[in-house]
Amino acid sequence: MSQTTTAVSLLSFEEALEKFDPALGLEVHVELNTASKMFCGCPTGFGAEPNTQVCPTCLGLPGAMPVVNRKAVESAMRIGLALNCEIAEWCRFARKNYFYTDMPKNFQTSQYDEPICFEGYLDVDVDGEMFRVEIERAHMEEDTGKSLHVGGATGRIHGADYSLVDYNRAGIPLIEIVTKPIMGTREQAPLIAKAYVAQLRELIVALGVSDARMDQGSIRADVNLSLAPAGSGTLGTRTETKNVNSLRSVERAVRYEMQRHAAILDGGDSILQETRHWHEDTGITTSGREKSDAEDYRYFPEPDLVPVAPSREWVDELRGTLPENPTVKRARLQAEWGFSDLEMRDTVGAGAMGLVEETIAAGASPQSARKWWLSELARRANDTETDIAALGVSPADVAAVQALVESGAINDKLARQVFDGLVAGEGSPEEIVAARGLAIVSDDGALGAAVDNAIAANPDVADKIRDGKVAAAGALIGAVMKEMRGQADASRVRELILEKLT
Amino acid sequence: MPEIPGSSSARVEITRDEVAHLADLARIDLSDAELDHLAPQLSVILESVASISGVAGDEVPPTSHALPLTNVFREDVVVPCLTAAQALSGAPAQEQQRFSVPRILGDEQ
Amino acid sequence: MSAAVTDWTRRTAAQLADALAAGEVTSVQLTQAHLDRIAAVDGDVHAFLHVDAAGALAQAAASDARRAAGTPASALDGVPIAVKDVLATSGLPTTCGSRILEGWLPPYDATVVARLKAAGLPILGKTNMDEFAMGSSTEHSAYGPTHNPWDLDRIPGGSGGGSAAAVAAFEAPLALGTDTGGSIRQPGAVTGTVGVKPTYGGVSRYGLVALANSLDQAGPVTRTVLDSALLHEVIGGHDPLDSTSIDEPLPDLVAAARLGAAGDMTGVRVGVVTELGGEGYQPGVLARFQESVDLLVEAGAEVVEVSCPHFVHALAAYYLILPAEASSNLAKFDAMRYGLRVLPEHIDNPSAEDVMRATRDAGFGDEVKRRIILGTYALSSGYYDAYYGQAQKVRTLISRDFAAAFEQADVLVSPTAPTTAFKLGEKLDDPIAMYLNDLATIPANLAGVPGISVPSGLADEDGLPAGIQVLAPAQADDRLYRVGAALEALLEKKWGGPILDRAPELNGVSA
Repeated sequence: MSQTTTAVSLLSFEEALEKFDPALGLEVHVELNTASKMFCGCPTGFGAEPNTQVCPTCLGLPGAMPVVNRKAVESAMRIGLALNCEIAEWCRFARKNYFYTDMPKNFQTSQYDEPICFEGYLDVDVDGEMFRVEIERAHMEEDTGKSLHVGGATGRIHGADYSLVDYNRAGIPLIEIVTKPIMGTREQAPLIAKAYVAQLRELIVALGVSDARMDQGSIRADVNLSLAPAGSGTLGTRTETKNVNSLRSVERAVRYEMQRHAAILDGGDSILQETRHWHEDTGITTSGREKSDAEDYRYFPEPDLVPVAPSREWVDELRGTLPENPTVKRARLQAEWGFSDLEMRDTVGAGAMGLVEETIAAGASPQSARKWWLSELARRANDTETDIAALGVSPADVAAVQALVESGAINDKLARQVFDGLVAGEGSPEEIVAARGLAIVSDDGALGAAVDNAIAANPDVADKIRDGKVAAAGALIGAVMKEMRGQADASRVRELILEKLT
Repeated sequence: MPEIPGSSSARVEITRDEVAHLADLARIDLSDAELDHLAPQLSVILESVASISGVAGDEVPPTSHALPLTNVFREDVVVPCLTAAQALSGAPAQEQQRFSVPRILGDEQ
Repeated sequence: MSAAVTDWTRRTAAQLADALAAGEVTSVQLTQAHLDRIAAVDGDVHAFLHVDAAGALAQAAASDARRAAGTPASALDGVPIAVKDVLATSGLPTTCGSRILEGWLPPYDATVVARLKAAGLPILGKTNMDEFAMGSSTEHSAYGPTHNPWDLDRIPGGSGGGSAAAVAAFEAPLALGTDTGGSIRQPGAVTGTVGVKPTYGGVSRYGLVALANSLDQAGPVTRTVLDSALLHEVIGGHDPLDSTSIDEPLPDLVAAARLGAAGDMTGVRVGVVTELGGEGYQPGVLARFQESVDLLVEAGAEVVEVSCPHFVHALAAYYLILPAEASSNLAKFDAMRYGLRVLPEHIDNPSAEDVMRATRDAGFGDEVKRRIILGTYALSSGYYDAYYGQAQKVRTLISRDFAAAFEQADVLVSPTAPTTAFKLGEKLDDPIAMYLNDLATIPANLAGVPGISVPSGLADEDGLPAGIQVLAPAQADDRLYRVGAALEALLEKKWGGPILDRAPELNGVSA
């Protein structure tokens, strides 16, 4: 039985830090958005009918051979350059040999000791402070197929009677980006891990090389974590947590593993070097396969492919296509948007930089874009434990909602109901306003009746106004708004009250 | 017994347990009789090829490809695929337009 | 053979092409003649694993229609051919001589097969081979051995014994083979036929079920050097589906063969490789080799002795590189997507792992298992540098030996195989003895250079055919054809006709 049902003891985060130093390592797989696969001309679209995007090569049929996709190599190099990496003058693909039913050839065509990009870094902004994450390598490889597990209670792999495999995803190009061990993060380890993945994702979006959808698996993070006695400067035994499919989970998984490791080490036991699985629903990790030295991938150079030797001219040409450096860009945008340091930091911290930028591009003012994403939408993401980008609300939606507010068609309170509708997938903001009947009433007939009711129900307040205490109108406006369930044009209500009483 | 030219008489033994481990890595369910038969043969072959370990020094680069080609690419262009029926035509079992495989031990990847 | 009846199966492919062009025969007639011959003798020879009579005749009829319309697809349009079962043929069984692929019908054609079809050559069927091309005798076929038409109790060489025997037994005028360490050339030598391993990258490997990707090369199996050149030009040249394919035009191979047939070798420098001869070679094989070299000298060639000191390590390097690559290539045969699926006995509700293990045990023969395990060992992390890494370095040294030798000589020559055909079963369970058959042919595969085997005559001891191998620098395949055709012409002049005229008649041949 897996450890899912076993009680796992955790040390408190604070106590874990008192006793141990964490070391992080992050392996991020980026699925490229090339039109065709890494080694064959099959399309890469998401959600096609099973086994309709396959050919002899990506199905691993006997005799078929791979040919490298030039665009995938360029995307790999552009990612490497954006991460300040060296680009290899000469490198090869290698076969990583292991048996797995999702893998048609029972080896993965990858790169081993000759990655195309190596020795880079990414400066990560954590609460306004820069932390440099060093990149060991970024290499090219291919994705696997996908299995559907049939039978058993859970629909998961364990306990299934058999599995059904679709190879459409097999052979889609992946870039694996591996950091060096990240030391000295202390209590910031979970935040730095999250910020690194968030910023890497931003970079990938800016490069335009991937859909960068964590929820669809086009960016996948594996989190390596180890603890060593505080101040020892050594590295402990690590675990590799897979299946961490949101920014929020990156942070939570690091925190969880730190607490779990700490409890085990504190109890005098040792950490098993193993793969673990993150469970988004329960917020815990469970043991996967043991990663022992007996696992022997028998790497060797792929004899069906020739070396990749990018000329320096080619590398320079690609360097010329890089988007603005995110740090520089952030400073520029802060100035353009007129955000305070705190506002900017919150925006970055919420993983909403790109979303805010796109919302502004869609016509919203910087402050309104920030307001909706960071108050309303960040709260919803937090409440529902989803990624802010995966709420189902697009930057264009937010800009449209703000436009409705500014036109007076709805107010801020009604806008929240529009967001409810967007999250529930009820259509565009305009459609939701119409369908839910959210438009503000400014028709004098309907408002007049409500104003009369309010005056009748609050004679004392009406008298005060008649006596010239205009400020008292607020109480009547409130009563009208209540009767109109918030859908009244407040300024018109005020005018009507004053007309009737003065 | 014939000898491979250039071979030394250095003894390189591959034990029955090692053969069993390698067969496990290679996913071949060798019977005891097969193990008994194969292990000594593999030792003989390995002895014959082991001489190679001293032949080339560090200064000799390895050759993985007979011809020195580099940078062979295809453009990122979609070409027609097999139909699902063609893809599945050789499948020992299929269901829902997918390859049906026995239950899988181990992890999701 | 009666003079009144034309036996189309005795003609060379070039002669058949001429007869088709002249309207003396139709493709259907000569395809049928070969199908009849197969029906008559293949029970004894067992060169074919699968005969596609209906398909071949349909392709022949289509060829005849093109001829009638005045639009033949190529010089060889209508000349039938046999294809080694390691090449994928759309809709035709492709087993690689293995149980594990029994019944597999590829949904695609190998590039060389597609080129045969485009050139109009009717495909008679698929020929027998050692399982996954591992062997030198065709005895490792899961479907039973092929017999040497010269002596049915002897091996036809391997791994492509089926293609060589089919051509030697006049069951096909042409065949395709593949050569990883000698699998085209060594069967050619022991069956008295011609076989060519082109320059690595000169012929597409797309659709060739890989044994050792960095060594494999498909090539012609024929009865004459000119026929090989004609076939080589049909299948050769760049293929964008094979990343290791050379993107340059082939030399003019047919012209080289025609030039060579005139027999003038003036100005050609021929290097005799010291390390490929002497101890371990059968005296009769060496005698025929020496006679062949003498003929070249008489024809004006300059003969020099060259030393390739690292060739002694070629076999060891080969038996590390090949199993390593093969162990990885053959991992795909796992009972999940195609081919055999064996459920293990005594296991209820077996897992995918259990099924893979049981299938691979039942579906692979002994030699395949030996090499998979050897390759798995050679690639293991603790041994990689000592074995696979070293073998790749030895490869460099062998390439350097070739480069130095080709400074001194335009072509190199040696006996193709150390012995004539041995008896079936003689070396079946002695892997090392079997491996030694490829002693002389392996260096060319390691360095990627082209080679041809041409019959050199019959060994005195046993009256069985021997072969001489000619090697040329990479991309100089034309030199093989020039020297090979010269040797063929000079030897046939001496013998008074082709060597196969002296092969025994097989049962079933009509009087």
